[in-house]
Amino acid sequence: MNKKSGTKSLFSTLIGKKMLMGLTGLFLITFLVVHCGINALIFFNDGGELFNKGAEFMGTNLLIRTMEIVLFLGIIAHIVDALLLTLSNNKTRIVKYAHQKPNANSKWYSRWMGLLGTLILMFLIIHLKHFWVISRFTDHIAHSELDKLPGQETMFAEMKEIFENPMVVLLYVAAMVSLAYHLMHGFQSAFQTMGWNHPKYTPAIKKIGFWFSIIIPFVFALMPIALHLGIIK
Amino acid sequence: MKFNLKIWRQKNAQAAGKMVDYTIENINADMSFLEMMDVLNEQLIRKGDEPVAFDHDCREGICGMCSMHINGRPHGPLRGTTTCQLYMRNFTDGETIFIEPFRANSFPIIRDLVVDRSAFDRIMQVGGFVSVNTGQVQDANNIPVNKADADLAMDAASCIGCGACVAACKNASASLFVSAKISQYALLPQGRIEAQERVLAMVNQMDEEGFGSCTNTGACEAECPKGISLTNIARMNREYYVASIS
Ligand code: HEM
Ligand code: SF4
Ligand code: FES
Repeated sequence: MNKKSGTKSLFSTLIGKKMLMGLTGLFLITFLVVHCGINALIFFNDGGELFNKGAEFMGTNLLIRTMEIVLFLGIIAHIVDALLLTLSNNKTRIVKYAHQKPNANSKWYSRWMGLLGTLILMFLIIHLKHFWVISRFTDHIAHSELDKLPGQETMFAEMKEIFENPMVVLLYVAAMVSLAYHLMHGFQSAFQTMGWNHPKYTPAIKKIGFWFSIIIPFVFALMPIALHLGIIK
Repeated sequence: MKFNLKIWRQKNAQAAGKMVDYTIENINADMSFLEMMDVLNEQLIRKGDEPVAFDHDCREGICGMCSMHINGRPHGPLRGTTTCQLYMRNFTDGETIFIEPFRANSFPIIRDLVVDRSAFDRIMQVGGFVSVNTGQVQDANNIPVNKADADLAMDAASCIGCGACVAACKNASASLFVSAKISQYALLPQGRIEAQERVLAMVNQMDEEGFGSCTNTGACEAECPKGISLTNIARMNREYYVASIS
């Protein structure tokens, strides 16, 4: 058998590209946990006091700010890799079937990861514009109600204002539905891609993945709804 | 039984093909799908038309030749069956049946329903074997193999190379086939010796042949007539990562 000569490097094969997809996907999942945890501080319903502290910590802590850069690199890698894989996969069957029953052998959301991801990406752009841009690139956001200057607002107040618009609430909820389906396939898929398949643990991973992809997007979606309806003041 | 058939007809690899309608009557419910095709072809020949070309060999579900995409699924509506093991009683009288070739750029059409699956052979040629210096036959049990691994290797080795996994996959990925072939050796001590070269070479060739990547939709496993498991794909990935960084 030929020695290793002539074989490509890890990330130039399709399996290598999928490995990057799995790694970045899992990394984004850990980010979701942190993000969801901090934001859920609004559910203490204390006028946003705890939440504003959390937001300040996230905006000033050095480790978090470093991770923010890693996060952006991770998202970009995930998106670029997704684009490369999807484009190459779309070219493997030029002549299509006249009649096909894909639902007989696979789940629709496992086949539409690219579309679900694109919906998430569109949401991300709007979402970053809503919160990240004003908090990092303007001095519109005050750290707390006490030290706010004229014309400034706290993150919590800003959030309440943005979610007054029912269309924005709808957009956020729809995006969370896309995220739920993306994760419903993606969570367990990433483990399989990484080769972490085991007769004992895989059923547990699938169960955890299922509940994760329902609970996290659900808690996220509750936030704009609760703020809009004034349940959280 | 009576059926309306819509069959892909294509003269050769270059010609444009199209779906053509046929009606067939007096089909016995206990005929296999291929026997029904034989009856159709006899009728076509008697009329002076070209018979429909299709692949088949063993007609007992072990060779993997009978590639047909029937009513939207490789090998038709039943799980775990090849086309030759599919019977007309699994269809309803008067039903319209779509019959197409397995579709993938890597499986070019030769004629009608016959596709060229030599891409699989080329993948096997770069690593689907164990190099043996011939000599005396070894004593049985000289190399101990534990029962669980032997079973998994046997399961993987039951792949018949039919290509249904590629035909079903939205990406026309050959991951299930290649991973079965890699696993059947990787699980046994005899195969471990060349395991790293094997996985690198076969994964490389799989890309060269133009098959897509794996999105883990599971369509391959669901359509595989031999029930080859997705766990083989995870094993291939593991083997591949380790081999490419070591
Ligand atoms: C917070 C946001 C996101 C998370 C947590 C996430 C998570 C994941 C995970 C865990 C996977 C499975 C990886 C694997 O199968 O090994 C995945 C796959 C995928 N993601 Fe994302 N993703 C996110 C955003 C996006 C975005 C913005 C896009 C595209 C614009 C995208 C496109 C894809 C595609 C196309 C796949 C499937 C690739 C394939 O298997 O062929 N994702 N994602
Ligand atoms: S893995 Fe299954 S579907 Fe794929 S070639 Fe082997 S037997 Fe056929
Ligand atoms: S003809 Fe051999 S498997 Fe069907």
